[in-house]
Amino acid sequence: MAEGAAVVGTGAPVRKPVRRGRWVPYALLAPGLLWLVVFFVVPMITLGSQSLQEGNIDEGYVFTGNVSIYADAVQRYWPHLLRSVGYAGTATVLALLLGYPLAYFMAQKAGRWKNILLILVIAPFFTSFLIRTLAWRNILSDDGPVVAFAQSIGFTSLLQAIGLTSNDTLLASKFAVICGLTYNFLPFMILPLYASLERLDPRLVEAAGDLYASPREAFRRVTWPLSLPGVVAGTLLTFIPAAGDFINSRLLGNTETVMIGQVIDSQFLRVLDYPLAAALSFILLTMIVVLVTFYVRKAGTEELV
Amino acid sequence: MNDKIPTPMQAAFLRGALSRRTLMTGAAGLGVTALAACGSKGRSPSNSASGSATPTAKAAQDMSDTDKLINWSNWQQYIDVSDDEKSRPTLDAFTKATGIKVNYTEDYNDNDEFYAKVRPLLAGGQDTGRDVWCSTDWMVARLIRQGYVQPLDKANIPNAKNLEAAFQDVSFDPGRKYSLPWQAGFACIGFNTKATGGKKVTTMTQLLTDPALKGKVTLLSEMRDTVGLVLLDQGKDPSNFTKADFEAAIAMIQKAKDAGQIQKFTGNDYTDGLSAGDIAACVAWSGDVASLSLDAPELELTLPEAGYTLWSDNFVIPAMAKHKKNAEKLINYYYDPKVMAEVEAWVNYISPVAGTKEAVAAIDKDLGSNQLIFPSTETLSKAKKFRDLSAQEESEFTRMFTNLATG
Repeated sequence: MAEGAAVVGTGAPVRKPVRRGRWVPYALLAPGLLWLVVFFVVPMITLGSQSLQEGNIDEGYVFTGNVSIYADAVQRYWPHLLRSVGYAGTATVLALLLGYPLAYFMAQKAGRWKNILLILVIAPFFTSFLIRTLAWRNILSDDGPVVAFAQSIGFTSLLQAIGLTSNDTLLASKFAVICGLTYNFLPFMILPLYASLERLDPRLVEAAGDLYASPREAFRRVTWPLSLPGVVAGTLLTFIPAAGDFINSRLLGNTETVMIGQVIDSQFLRVLDYPLAAALSFILLTMIVVLVTFYVRKAGTEELV
Repeated sequence: MNDKIPTPMQAAFLRGALSRRTLMTGAAGLGVTALAACGSKGRSPSNSASGSATPTAKAAQDMSDTDKLINWSNWQQYIDVSDDEKSRPTLDAFTKATGIKVNYTEDYNDNDEFYAKVRPLLAGGQDTGRDVWCSTDWMVARLIRQGYVQPLDKANIPNAKNLEAAFQDVSFDPGRKYSLPWQAGFACIGFNTKATGGKKVTTMTQLLTDPALKGKVTLLSEMRDTVGLVLLDQGKDPSNFTKADFEAAIAMIQKAKDAGQIQKFTGNDYTDGLSAGDIAACVAWSGDVASLSLDAPELELTLPEAGYTLWSDNFVIPAMAKHKKNAEKLINYYYDPKVMAEVEAWVNYISPVAGTKEAVAAIDKDLGSNQLIFPSTETLSKAKKFRDLSAQEESEFTRMFTNLATG
């Protein structure tokens, strides 16, 4: 750090590091640190203390340090926690399956269409998240053409048979929630994948071919490992927000698809049970951190954490 | 109640009116002086002791004269709209007559949700950005209790004399110091015959068990309406029930939920799904379905034989509202029966303004006999008001119901 500072401070490569430049990195870090303290550390501490309070809305809440609320929360809401992880995981896998070929095509094969395709991927961001999800409600509406088509080819019966929907429509089901999550977070998967696949040198794949690797083998040994940072970044950017999402399950789901984000939302804003809501937020946070750490270790890119 | 014989409407509203809350307020009254002596400012209810005095709402400097504006938050489908749905005739007429612009926002989807939205601001003594909104009876009780709403200056609302006697003395706001009703109505069963295959839905039992409706039923997240209808279906009276009755009603809903009968619990936003046919049948508010059915004849409503709940939504002016006087002028304007008649012709709810019936008959003869706007004694005899709940009951019941709705 000192060396870096010296370079910044003097611009002369030969001179010995001098003291005077030391504060520069700290000064540069200060706005970011301040931001983190104000908008991350302070709210976290507030939330933590809130989770250990007892009382009700009329009389106010007092800190009692009652930790048992965490046990109660897990006991009551473990199905929702599991469900959230399940839906978010499924959506992440689907987004990867959809996103990888698309990102690969854009990065390696699209030529002059590259930028246009990139804009098309980002275009949905020009409208609000909420509007896009509400649009899905219209698209999948029971009287709409999509449902009629899905019924005619037996797709709805298939979904019903495997338990993803509860009747022969698409809306208000697990299926709709997972589709909504996949759709909404797909760009977060594609963009990091695109970034890492774009850097991939096509000559490496050619070289693999020269060394008698079949295309499949070349993908397995060259392309995939080199795109792994993008895969890890993309899956994290998809999974983490998807696990805490409450819009998709609220708008596209039914009473059996309630995700933990929705429970936290209603405990905070409806029941006004702040301690329980805060505790649930922490449980979700811990769960995600544990899962992500495990995953990143497994994926072999420790430098990301 | 003087010595007059109560009208059917009065009787309906008075049923269960002498409640625990009334008793509690009396008891709390004794505490008032004690607390006041302790120097409690009583403006921050979240810090005050339990069951304490009603804190008074803080008033902001009234900018009504310089700032010709009102911010009004209301429920969906709750005011007259022109045929092209681009303007609201009565509001426009108000603006034309007074020069006061009204920002009418339909962001009141559900009492709890709305309360959660404005509570942090009210508790912090801040302006909510709203000058007036319409809360349901029990929510008005809470807002008054917590000192979040300001007393109305009746000098600015001379038309308040037109208030129907039935709405005059209500348990949650004796003497109507803080609130004036906007509309009243019934919770009922609404259904879309296209989605039910022409079938009528007539009872809550059918709504909660008919396999033809599986997964296409929604209930209101408004506990008093949903549970009230179930209580009535089970032969209980929402204006006089026990905890066991409540639990039995919850159990019936739970069973339907476990069977996959219920798609969702909704606020006022159920109207979209019902019109689209994604919701086949639901617990609905009478006027919503009635006004929607004017353009969509497939939408129908049932007032169940077993009975239905009666509620009213009331104008209140929150603490720190910037345009209190303007808001009072607005309330005064709507308390003119001729204006209210125009609103009723569109919203199909019960008018709290005396003389509306005659004014409505002048617009459309048939409307005068509409049971939803001008219910007969017979219609009203089956309408029940959900009884007041003590603070403890309220939090206990709300918790039970919300766990069901989101669990």
